[in-house]
Amino acid sequence: MSLAFLLAQPFAQHALLAAALVAVSCGLIGPFVVTRGMAFAVHGTAELAFTGAAAGLIVANNPVTGALAGSLVVAALIATLGARQRERDSAIGAILAFGMGIGILLLGHYQGFATAATNILFGNIFGVSGSQLLILVIIGLVVVAVMATWYRPLLFASIDPDAAEARGVPVRRLGLMFLVVLALTVTGAAQVVGTLLVLSLAITPAAAAQRLSASPLVVAALSVIFAVAAADGGLLASFEASNVKASVFITSISFAIYLAARLAGPLLRDRRQYSRENRHAQPHDRAYPRYEPGPTGTSAATATPQGDEPPEQPDRHVPSGLGWPGGPVGRLGTQGLPAGNTRPSRSEKTSLQRLRHPGLRPAETPGDIPRSGLLGFSARFP
Amino acid sequence: MTGSGGAAVALRGATLRFGHHVIWENLDLDIAPGECLAILGPNGAGKTTLLKVLLGLLPLSAGTVTIDGQAPRRGSAQTGYVPQQRDFDRDLPIRGRDLVQFGVDGHRLGLPLTRARQVDAAIEAVGAEDYADAPVGLLSGGQQQRLRIAQALAGRPRLLLCDEPLLSLDPASQHSVTTLLNAYHREHGTTVVFVTHEITPVASFVDRVLYVAGGHWAAGTPDAVMTTQRLSALYGTHIDVIRVHGRIVVIGGDDPAGHHHLPGSDHIHHAGHDHGAQEH
Repeated sequence: MSLAFLLAQPFAQHALLAAALVAVSCGLIGPFVVTRGMAFAVHGTAELAFTGAAAGLIVANNPVTGALAGSLVVAALIATLGARQRERDSAIGAILAFGMGIGILLLGHYQGFATAATNILFGNIFGVSGSQLLILVIIGLVVVAVMATWYRPLLFASIDPDAAEARGVPVRRLGLMFLVVLALTVTGAAQVVGTLLVLSLAITPAAAAQRLSASPLVVAALSVIFAVAAADGGLLASFEASNVKASVFITSISFAIYLAARLAGPLLRDRRQYSRENRHAQPHDRAYPRYEPGPTGTSAATATPQGDEPPEQPDRHVPSGLGWPGGPVGRLGTQGLPAGNTRPSRSEKTSLQRLRHPGLRPAETPGDIPRSGLLGFSARFP
Repeated sequence: MTGSGGAAVALRGATLRFGHHVIWENLDLDIAPGECLAILGPNGAGKTTLLKVLLGLLPLSAGTVTIDGQAPRRGSAQTGYVPQQRDFDRDLPIRGRDLVQFGVDGHRLGLPLTRARQVDAAIEAVGAEDYADAPVGLLSGGQQQRLRIAQALAGRPRLLLCDEPLLSLDPASQHSVTTLLNAYHREHGTTVVFVTHEITPVASFVDRVLYVAGGHWAAGTPDAVMTTQRLSALYGTHIDVIRVHGRIVVIGGDDPAGHHHLPGSDHIHHAGHDHGAQEH
């Protein structure tokens, strides 16, 4: 069968559409899964979706509804058992192992087609019936709508829960909502790549996107594009090589994108660094005021007494690949890199001068603030 | 506005208990608009919980609290909050600018597609232009802290609450952060309340300190409160307060090294048998 012929078939079009929608939801939740440290929760939910699907297969010959029920049960269990990541992960580990056991027991009693079982584990979107496909489409639309609506507060709550809560974001409720969205997405992804390979759509595209940008919106967009490319690309490839399962192609494409992103990340970092340098005639003097360390760098108390700066104590250097996460210190080494704001930066001085308050004496303030020295940090409490 | 004579923050007989454990009680305090107050005390003395009360995240067990004459409301735009400093993950896909923007519209629904003008102003106010587009996880503790402050300022608050803004910063960053807070406070007349372990870096610019220990408290100027007599009374045990070259060093009777990394519960036990709350 030619590719063109297959593409003209409604079943193929529906499958591609459903897979794309599932991939969009995976791409949207992926960055949050990574940021919230919930990769294991995704895997655990998927494994339990397997148990649910096996039960659904036996009871009603409907693995999709079963998987949905299974993953929602897990979401509820995770919500009750563990709020903190460590606690959550061990709870998931315990549930996951038990749930898989039950799933295997159930499959052992299943008398139908053997392929139904492997389809649960490794996915087969073409084996999904029309009505079940409709469920997948509805799930995908719900996930996309929820994520688009609560994107901002969810991001805030994921990055900085304390500040978000003070700002009026319902952090806990959003966390629960995200668990439900996760369960829905996992159910969908399990039909495309199978319960065992859900991570290839829910994590890998987001992980690849994070290598390429630090802007949340760009990461979200790239993650969606990568997930759709892997899902639909994998399906199209399986049209050509029909003896290989689509999930093999999907996971391969997904991983190839990840590898490419890991390789491309440092190259982009360098280019970014160049553009920074070109923008400023004296990039580091301007961008990062550089300061002389104290005489020995050990004690400010023994340093020159008047108006000098406390010694340089950089707590962390910014790698030269400033625009990109995870980069090693680039080929500029540490020279000229910022060192923890040893002295008010130029821009700070400007803004201080702009304040022009009579009581403000920028020139005097360094001397006004006593430094800690050989005696250690002052004002320790008994 | 009402009742409290125009105080920015007014606490009356404020008491907080968790079960039978009294965190602090009968706290009466007026913070004037534009005042800068530092909250000091050992760990476990309820400093952060006091901020949570002001943020409307915790109800008082007894007494009243008002901000501008009204009960604190969670998520109020009048109140800016800088949470306790903790480092962001290196790989966190977020830039300084995004962090600051949360302060403007992080609680709103929808995608953050518009770029808020206040964000640039807040970034400039803290002098973070040069690294505002860098991933926050790659910045130094001091730079991250500036961005957190910018986030709190982006909403143009009238009351700024900071929880340990200097914690785990090196002395240079401590200095630049205090300078920044001081400058903003003076320029905009913002009321600033911050919790701190160390009085020394901030002693020169705070108007008053509130020292909480063992369920009791003392308020007044740093010079009035940070004395051997006053703190000994508060702790119910002998405390030495020493001033060396402008540094204020507080030394406990039993452990001169100070154990501000340990829970302060042991202090609570031997404090307060014979000393009531002190009114300035």
